[in-house]
Amino acid sequence: MNPSLEQLTADYTALAGQVETCDFALKGYHLSVAVPSNQVVAAAEIADRAGFSIDAVTGVDWIAQNEMEVVYDFFHFTSPLRVVVRTRVPRAEPELPTISAVFPGANWHERETHDFFGICFTGHPNMKPFLLPEDATFHPLRKDYQP
Amino acid sequence: MNVTKETLHLATAGDAPQETFVLNLGPQHPAAHGVLRVLMTMDGEWIQRAEPIIGYIHRMHEKMGENRTWAKFLPNTSRIDYLSAMHYTHAFVGAVERAAKIEVPLRAEYARVITSELNRISSHMVWWGALLLDLGGFTPILYAFDDREKILDLLEALCGARLTYCYYRFGGLYNDVDDAFLKGTRDFVKHMQPRLKMYRDLVTDNIILRKRLEEIGPISAELCRKYGATGPVIRGSGVAYDVRRAEPYSVYPKLDFKIPVYHECDSMARYMVRMDEMEQSLRIIDQALDQIPAGPFIGKVPRVLKLPVGETCYAVEAARGRFMVRIVSDGKEIPYRVKLRTPSFSNLSLYEEASRGMILPDALAMMGSLDLVIPDIDR
Repeated sequence: MNPSLEQLTADYTALAGQVETCDFALKGYHLSVAVPSNQVVAAAEIADRAGFSIDAVTGVDWIAQNEMEVVYDFFHFTSPLRVVVRTRVPRAEPELPTISAVFPGANWHERETHDFFGICFTGHPNMKPFLLPEDATFHPLRKDYQP
Repeated sequence: MNVTKETLHLATAGDAPQETFVLNLGPQHPAAHGVLRVLMTMDGEWIQRAEPIIGYIHRMHEKMGENRTWAKFLPNTSRIDYLSAMHYTHAFVGAVERAAKIEVPLRAEYARVITSELNRISSHMVWWGALLLDLGGFTPILYAFDDREKILDLLEALCGARLTYCYYRFGGLYNDVDDAFLKGTRDFVKHMQPRLKMYRDLVTDNIILRKRLEEIGPISAELCRKYGATGPVIRGSGVAYDVRRAEPYSVYPKLDFKIPVYHECDSMARYMVRMDEMEQSLRIIDQALDQIPAGPFIGKVPRVLKLPVGETCYAVEAARGRFMVRIVSDGKEIPYRVKLRTPSFSNLSLYEEASRGMILPDALAMMGSLDLVIPDIDR
């Protein structure tokens, strides 16, 4: 069964999420949900129950606000709906739970995000260096990274 | 089982106790694809665990996106999946056009569809030849590369590149499609249809190929969903997911084509999806050649491009599946963030789970059916 925009909005609002409906032609997605960082697993579970598939997990370093944003993209095999879940963590302590138990595909995306941004996903089963060299001690997509 | 006092006599008697060993496949191995390394924990010839180790050709394209202008990053996108360059540049120009609200002339959109579909066919030909090399058949790649050469010649005449095309521009194309290209493409479609039938007679109906691929490496639709696998992998698992239909872009809604779907979930299903896709791509090209209007090939684009503050996504159906670009702009000439979501990355991520318990040659056949491009995984 395909998910409805109304049902998703209601589910995410119940999660203390700020839900924003977007124009697909302008943004490339239909629903943008901002949740507190301790709610990402619940947010992923909502997407999982609605039959979404994991598109990507990534970060954005908002150095001016002293925060890091973690962005979860979801797409659907049978419905044209696209959902973006986002959360913010403080730059000093970028830590949030892993969603790899809900979507095993997030495992690699989270390892990559850890490499690039130094964001820690607690409870991750295999948080080893991924794309960067084993001895890399830097996080290249942090805006204060100096090569 | 570990060697204990009780089992030691078995080992010395030549009847080895059960134990596992680690097989290091790659990074440079004739049986591996590109520079992919897989650490395989083997129980005899059976795989207990196959862990892909990636990053050997990681180039940090996403960082390069943050230190050059929007236009200067464009050629980078054609080097991510170098076999599918047209689709990748399409996604990036699409994202920028969506964010900056740049209108693209219809002629350019049709030319993009024609070149993208040519690129899809040439990419599938490389996969076809390489898969059969993996399986021990040498001849098919010679036929495939002979036909692929015709596509490369056509696209080279158009934009100068034979592999890493940078033909699309924000708002249109680098130059117009000329009559020689349109006629050459028409001739290619006529040439290719009987060739595909020959491919079928030569290879697809071959009993050895079928024994190597049928019922080998089943991947369920649910596994694909949990890992985000797309492209021919998901369509070989019975789900008709194609970005060209799910999130219509360019002029695909105006064109009539089928999404090939096979329900067997095995390596042969993925093989058949790609073979049928080549036929469908020829159909799309044929229609686009009929419909392509006269007119300008590039729209109005500001000389200095600054995107409005905010983020935009754009996805395309590349040869290996869903390629998505997420761009974040802070209003400057240089991107704030460029995220590249590549299909091979997600398609390979399910390999560990899907290959468990398979024998090694079957697992390699399944790897071939995933059509991995390593720079696409490593970026």
